[in-house]
Amino acid sequence: MLTSIKSNQFQYESKKLAMNYFRVAIVLFGAQLLMGLIAATQFLYPSFLFEVFDFSVARMVHINALVVWMLYAMIGSVYLLLPDESGIETVGIKLGKLAFWVLTAAVTVVVLVYIFIQVGPGTESTIWLINEGREYIEAPRWADIGIVVVVLIFYYNVFATYMKGNKTGILTVLVADLFALAGLYLCGMFFTDNISMDQYWWWWVIHLWVEATWEVFVGSLAAYGLIRILGAKRQIVEMWLWIEVLMLFGSGILGLGHHYFWIGTPEYWWEIGALFSALEPVPLVAMFVHVLYDWGKEQGHAEAGQAGHAVKNSPAMAWIAINAFGNFLGAGIWGFFHTLPQVNIYTHGTQFTAAHGHLAFFGAYATILVGMMYLGIQGAYGIRKMTMTFNTKMAIFLLVFGVLGMTVSLTIAGYEQVLVERADLGGGWDAYFIAQNLPWYIQAQGWRLTMGLVTFVGFIFLLVDLLTIGRVEHAEESESAQTAAA
Amino acid sequence: MSGKKVSVWTSITFWRRSAAWVTGTATVLLMWLTFDTMGQIAMGSDADLENGVAKRIPAATVINYHIDYKMDEKRGHEVPVIGEKQLFFGKEWSAEEAAELLRHGKLTQQAKNCMNCHTLLGNGAYYAPDLTKAWLDPKWNDGTMTGITGKDTVEEAMAEFLMHPSQFPTHERMMPDLGITKDEAIALVAFLKHMSAIDTNGFPRNFSQSAKRLEGGTHAH
Repeated sequence: MLTSIKSNQFQYESKKLAMNYFRVAIVLFGAQLLMGLIAATQFLYPSFLFEVFDFSVARMVHINALVVWMLYAMIGSVYLLLPDESGIETVGIKLGKLAFWVLTAAVTVVVLVYIFIQVGPGTESTIWLINEGREYIEAPRWADIGIVVVVLIFYYNVFATYMKGNKTGILTVLVADLFALAGLYLCGMFFTDNISMDQYWWWWVIHLWVEATWEVFVGSLAAYGLIRILGAKRQIVEMWLWIEVLMLFGSGILGLGHHYFWIGTPEYWWEIGALFSALEPVPLVAMFVHVLYDWGKEQGHAEAGQAGHAVKNSPAMAWIAINAFGNFLGAGIWGFFHTLPQVNIYTHGTQFTAAHGHLAFFGAYATILVGMMYLGIQGAYGIRKMTMTFNTKMAIFLLVFGVLGMTVSLTIAGYEQVLVERADLGGGWDAYFIAQNLPWYIQAQGWRLTMGLVTFVGFIFLLVDLLTIGRVEHAEESESAQTAAA
Repeated sequence: MSGKKVSVWTSITFWRRSAAWVTGTATVLLMWLTFDTMGQIAMGSDADLENGVAKRIPAATVINYHIDYKMDEKRGHEVPVIGEKQLFFGKEWSAEEAAELLRHGKLTQQAKNCMNCHTLLGNGAYYAPDLTKAWLDPKWNDGTMTGITGKDTVEEAMAEFLMHPSQFPTHERMMPDLGITKDEAIALVAFLKHMSAIDTNGFPRNFSQSAKRLEGGTHAH
């Protein structure tokens, strides 16, 4: 991936810019995992880095790196697919490149401030300069404003390209979706002394991103991926995409209600949240069926000898297939089982949430974004048919196994917490620590750390693979071409 | 297509229009519900408190009152109960003073990044106890923390703990010293007391059970 600057066969500047976004994304992915390991260690050994690099700091960088690497990879994915879909070079690409460097400089400063300054006095200046102390969107206000400017540039580029080039169904969905995604960020940028009001709007950013606009975004990427990798028929793919948009927005927008059970909001959110969040897994089943159906169909054609080998990029296809499973399992199943208020009153704010969060972010988003990186590398090296290397397989196995392992461990920890801390003891300070001290809980946290290490090893394989697969496969392909010519 | 009849289920136009209508309807419903909720979660006034009018989010002056969390048979879960007047740090705070204090407390809560260890209203990280009803926690009210910090009242004990958390180790997993000043500590305690008076629809459930169950000594520490 690194050398793709020198040896790239891209015809569009937009795709080169996409690779830049992917490079930063993968670095931040690594940072996310390292911070996760520190935080997981502190659960077992609380004195580890105490008052030097506290849990709050490790955890903040862990979740912020997650959000930012995903946004980077999302922007990269859009710049990658834009010329293919629109048929033209991205409008305003020079501005886009400038925005990339501005954003990257800003992200670097924010991370350094998080790590070295950490907290400030209880005044407005801290919120402007250090951090906002609001989970997931801690970025200080100066950075908020900068992010809005950069996103506006990005959105202008996408919109102008859409208006000028081909208006495919995939692009139409993307243009609408990105507008909502960008606009929602504004809901998290003000200060109020009313914590209920604060949390109400905070969820507009977090939920409407993760459970609505990001999901639709993933649907668009899967649609694009299936067309590129399998040569799936555009009409069928785009019809599925509209069905998914219908179901994802139809359930996800009012599914917001399941976060409004206990923050001071009225009781009618119980019913609304229960109903619509129960519907949220439905579109994930649809996406699951869609991906596997297209894959099977094209494979069938290939085996019948109609179109050669169906899969043009097997690493990317594997990650898209894992996405279909992971999204359904992590977001669908793990999300649903603690979403009803009758259950959520006991599970809210326990390790159940962490279990769901880990599998959902990985299954629904990380997987498909990694798949997009492989598509980018294939284009950069002009590889006709990309196959898996040993590293690809190891990365897939270890990352999937590691994240599943963490999810199961955290589910067990959450189960114990719900029974002891919440159901029996009522959730006070003593109840909390009694539950945290029981052997079941500690063992579960031990397994979480172990599985976190497995995940990290998987990441190393992924990193090595992304850096080398393009060069290796390109060499193999030209070698076999020479043999064929001779 | 020359007017040929095609099944509506395979029509892209049909699904695109359906997607637009469903999304639009859901968005309009969400906005309508948001307007209603905004009214219900706006902070009450000092007059509401004087007249015993219950608001989901009471005025900042709720810090001048005794707060409890009791089972409400009609609603089927525990609710905050605002009682008699009670001095807070030895005085009664005016509406302006209380509002200013709450604002400072909320700012400090964010500046010190509390949510990345604790949960507030159940949201945040899971490394330290939930703070939603922390003001009412038996640990502060049964003499434990007032004893450890050597203070007479809950608010003084809390402020002392917040200023020097690692001097009062309550558990192996300690709270770090975040450089919280006296003023910030008082403001944070006001923020916590105010939060404990928010009507959270019964969360955390059975909160008052904690003290009762532990008194019996049935659970090994």
